[in-house]
Amino acid sequence: MSEKLLNWDEVLIGGAIKDPGNSKNYETGSWRVERPVWNPDTCIQCMFCWVYCPDSSILTNEEGKMIGIDYDHCKGCGICVEQCPSKPKSLKMVLEAEAKGKTEEELRKEVFSK
Amino acid sequence: MGKKVALTGNEAAAHAIRQIEPDVIAAFPITPSTPIPQAVAQFIADGEMDTELVTVESEHSAMSACIGAAAAGGRVMTATSANGYALMWEMLYIASGMRLPIVMAVVARALSAPLNIHGDHSDIMGGRDTGWIQIIAENSQEAYDGLIQAVKIAENKDVMTPALVAMDGFNISHAIEIWEMEDDKAVKDFIGEYKPLFPLLNTDDPVTHGAWAPPNWYFEHKMSQLKGLLAAKDVVAKVGKEFGEVFGREYGLYEAYKLDDAELVIVAAGSVCGTTKDVVDKLREEGQKVGLLKIRLFRPFPYKELADALQSAKAIAILDRVSPAGAQGGPLFNEIRSALYDTPTRAPIINYTYGLGGRDTQPIHINSVFDRLKKIVETGKIEKQFDCLNLRGEWR
Repeated sequence: MSEKLLNWDEVLIGGAIKDPGNSKNYETGSWRVERPVWNPDTCIQCMFCWVYCPDSSILTNEEGKMIGIDYDHCKGCGICVEQCPSKPKSLKMVLEAEAKGKTEEELRKEVFSK
Repeated sequence: MGKKVALTGNEAAAHAIRQIEPDVIAAFPITPSTPIPQAVAQFIADGEMDTELVTVESEHSAMSACIGAAAAGGRVMTATSANGYALMWEMLYIASGMRLPIVMAVVARALSAPLNIHGDHSDIMGGRDTGWIQIIAENSQEAYDGLIQAVKIAENKDVMTPALVAMDGFNISHAIEIWEMEDDKAVKDFIGEYKPLFPLLNTDDPVTHGAWAPPNWYFEHKMSQLKGLLAAKDVVAKVGKEFGEVFGREYGLYEAYKLDDAELVIVAAGSVCGTTKDVVDKLREEGQKVGLLKIRLFRPFPYKELADALQSAKAIAILDRVSPAGAQGGPLFNEIRSALYDTPTRAPIINYTYGLGGRDTQPIHINSVFDRLKKIVETGKIEKQFDCLNLRGEWR
């Protein structure tokens, strides 16, 4: 997060926020213990994950197709994996500790080749 | 000049609300404050005021509705008592934290158990740390005048903090007194128009209210809030003076009654001050140097001013209308004694609890306090630091 931390005499009265919608600057992804990994090869684009995601962290393109996951905001709740109806599932949870240092492509290969 | 009327304290509060004519009132009935919203509902039904009355299912909801309406940009008021005030507790912090200048009439009453609906200060003292401005009235006139001033104090741009005006249950709320009601227009002119800072209903300039603050923000916001509360001290004095200029009844942070050269001093708040003034008058006629320091502004606590006002005292008794609940004396006692620690006076200070659950406090009891103070000055000894007035059996 690159927000400027204001001093007590600089904050806005009553904790009001003048630039609403700034919650996207708050990176809830830092809380995550597990992360969902997506496999586009088996994904049937049913968009159940998008419907159920409580943090709007399923990324879509202009045609409304699922294109990935917003890891800045995904808290790793696992609802997307729970809802994924494809067989095998096109989303799987992986421990953050295991994902560390790996690219998305490497991780995807590792998780879905098992 | 207003016109003299003979009405109860509750009616005084209701008329103040009618003349202030807030945008919204949300209230739930609870004895002894029920007649306030009841009278307001009648005023609205009779077309005497244009206010949205929100009837709710609890005091928690009443304060919640007030917060919502105030955040929307409205001028908002309510009234409550005792357990209803206690049920608002959580929301009182939210109102003050969001810096919403809600004004509330609190008819002070005992808290259960045992169940008791009569006057004491358990409710207001229980909420003294909620960040609200607290003004305590001695009689109906002060309750009426206080509510009008509270609007102007709470809405001051440096303050922007909710305020309550407390009056003793039954002793004031249900007793008919003669007091002066000012002209409707004069009251409206005095309080002026309210311009909210960030009204939610202003869709041209959208804002977020009630957001969360993680550990790296919360502390700063709470200290910013404290500045607003502390700023109320000067504003209370300023508005009290302005009120005097317009209506002829001037108010300060406290009232010094025959205090200038007083050696035996009682410190108290609320309706007992009327009784104490009578006793002070009688003893003064006998040549005794007695006086009363009446607390008006309890939050923010004007500790320096109060300590300065007590410098002539040789012995001080502080009356608390609340059980000390395990502390070293009642809340007023602790505040005053702490305030005096930084000053030259080392006058002995004692504490009385009185009037719990509507127990009478009569001149004879106030006389006994002055007798005790006299004895302390004569002997230089405090036999009892804490005692009770009009309790059956000796407190030990």
